[in-house]
Amino acid sequence: MDFIRAASLDDALAIKAQRPDITPIAGGTDLMVGINFDHTRPSGLLDLTSVPELAEWSESSGVIRLGAGVPYARIISELGEHLPGLAMAARTVASPQIRNRGTVGGNLATASPSGDAHPALLACGAEVELASVRGTRRMPVAEFFTSVKRNAAEPDELVTAVHLARATGPQQFAKVGTRNAMVISVCAFSVALHPERAEVGTGFGSAAPTPRRAADAEEFLSGELTSRGMWDDPRPLPDTVITRFGELVAAAAAPIDDVRGTASYRRHALGVLARRTAGWTWDEYLTGRQTCA
Amino acid sequence: MRLNLTVNGKLYETDEVWEGESLLHTLRERLGLPGSKNACEQGECGSCTVYLDDVPVCSCMVAAGQAEGCSVRTVEGLADGERLDTVQQSFLDAGAVQCGFCTPGLLVQAHDLIERNPEPTDAEIRESLAGNLCRCTGYEKIMDAVRLAAQRKAVS
Ligand SMILES: Cc1cc2nc3c(=O)[nH]c(=O)nc-3n(C[C@H](O)[C@H](O)[C@H](O)COP(=O)(O)OP(=O)(O)OC[C@H]3O[C@@H](n4cnc5c(N)ncnc54)[C@H](O)[C@@H]3O)c2cc1C
Repeated sequence: MDFIRAASLDDALAIKAQRPDITPIAGGTDLMVGINFDHTRPSGLLDLTSVPELAEWSESSGVIRLGAGVPYARIISELGEHLPGLAMAARTVASPQIRNRGTVGGNLATASPSGDAHPALLACGAEVELASVRGTRRMPVAEFFTSVKRNAAEPDELVTAVHLARATGPQQFAKVGTRNAMVISVCAFSVALHPERAEVGTGFGSAAPTPRRAADAEEFLSGELTSRGMWDDPRPLPDTVITRFGELVAAAAAPIDDVRGTASYRRHALGVLARRTAGWTWDEYLTGRQTCA
Repeated sequence: MRLNLTVNGKLYETDEVWEGESLLHTLRERLGLPGSKNACEQGECGSCTVYLDDVPVCSCMVAAGQAEGCSVRTVEGLADGERLDTVQQSFLDAGAVQCGFCTPGLLVQAHDLIERNPEPTDAEIRESLAGNLCRCTGYEKIMDAVRLAAQRKAVS
């Protein structure tokens, strides 16, 4: 095994092109567990924490470009207003020490169905930026997850950033677990209201082979809000609408039984999370509107 | 590989560091600093918490090579010579130490909390220490110790 500290992004991409088998390491909070327990023995490690370009975020025309190496702690402290859904998800990850190191880039590359950033990224319609010496490309995050712990990156590519619109409406994230910290989610759900385009975004985790959107639920809720004229004239959401939204989210799930929960519990809990978070976002939209008026 | 890092203000140059080893292993087994404890090796227990360039991290989750050129502060670096840091003294006075295995990590994490947030609420203390497991105390004495340390730092 060898250990290479990349000095710049160009440097990192050149090394990855020459050595596609080399394993990048960012926060190390997924990778080091495997190395400590001898479950993985990489042929070499490529340290990305020394790459300044990956540790930055910027905003242009309402779109945030979040470097793959920005740790969760900074997303919480610096981007809570811009990206509330992702910041909420970040706050539920592990513990402060892990949040000081762990990154969205690492979460994406691991591509676990339970990665907590994923539902929030899906609900925001984020795009993943991948780079190699051949160039840079972007893809919707939903296409990035290909199967359980598999992603669409080529062997010579690194995840360099995610691009996501600055929030224009309320966003929520919630997960089910046995305590408030240090919990791999039993299931997780995120919802985002996009009033400027009259759309609703969703994402759920730990309830299908990959993180997924609940497209039928999105369409249903945005359709109801539009047909009732409620984007411009917000009124309390009828219970029937919230209930149906929860049912459609649960129907989008394809969970399994495992040590953390049964498939039927997951499906049920996901519906509950969907109803609650939809209620919270709509309440925020309502009160936000009322205070403006 | 060779590794250069500063620990508790002292520069160390170490050879033959294994490329896959954790910073925790380097500190304990190569630099003779066994204060940081090796308990879970998977980031769950917080006993190996150290400052890495002023940010508390689980040193078992950091590859040693990632600390090249960095500054590390371990529990051994909290006291000023023989004089314990306020957080350490408060843990003793509040009876927050039983077997002591979790204590080094708790001390570093609590030290950081009070640095950043001199008047933490109970909820903030609990959230800050959520990644530090203690199997002896039931946490109540630890809560007392952190409250006491914050009070003492405020008046000092
Ligand atoms: C105690 C503990 C609790 C945890 N709790 C949670 C939790 O609640 N929720 C959650 O979602 N996760 C949790 N995790 C998992 C982990 O913290 C996250 O998945 C984190 O986002 C990983 O990021 P990292 O930077 O540490 O990744 P690393 O461990 O550095 O890397 C992970 C993988 O991604 C690859 N990689 C990293 N960066 C890049 C890049 N830029 N381009 C290409 N490949 C890359 C690495 O090669 C590796 O395969 C927990 C982990 C621990 C140890």
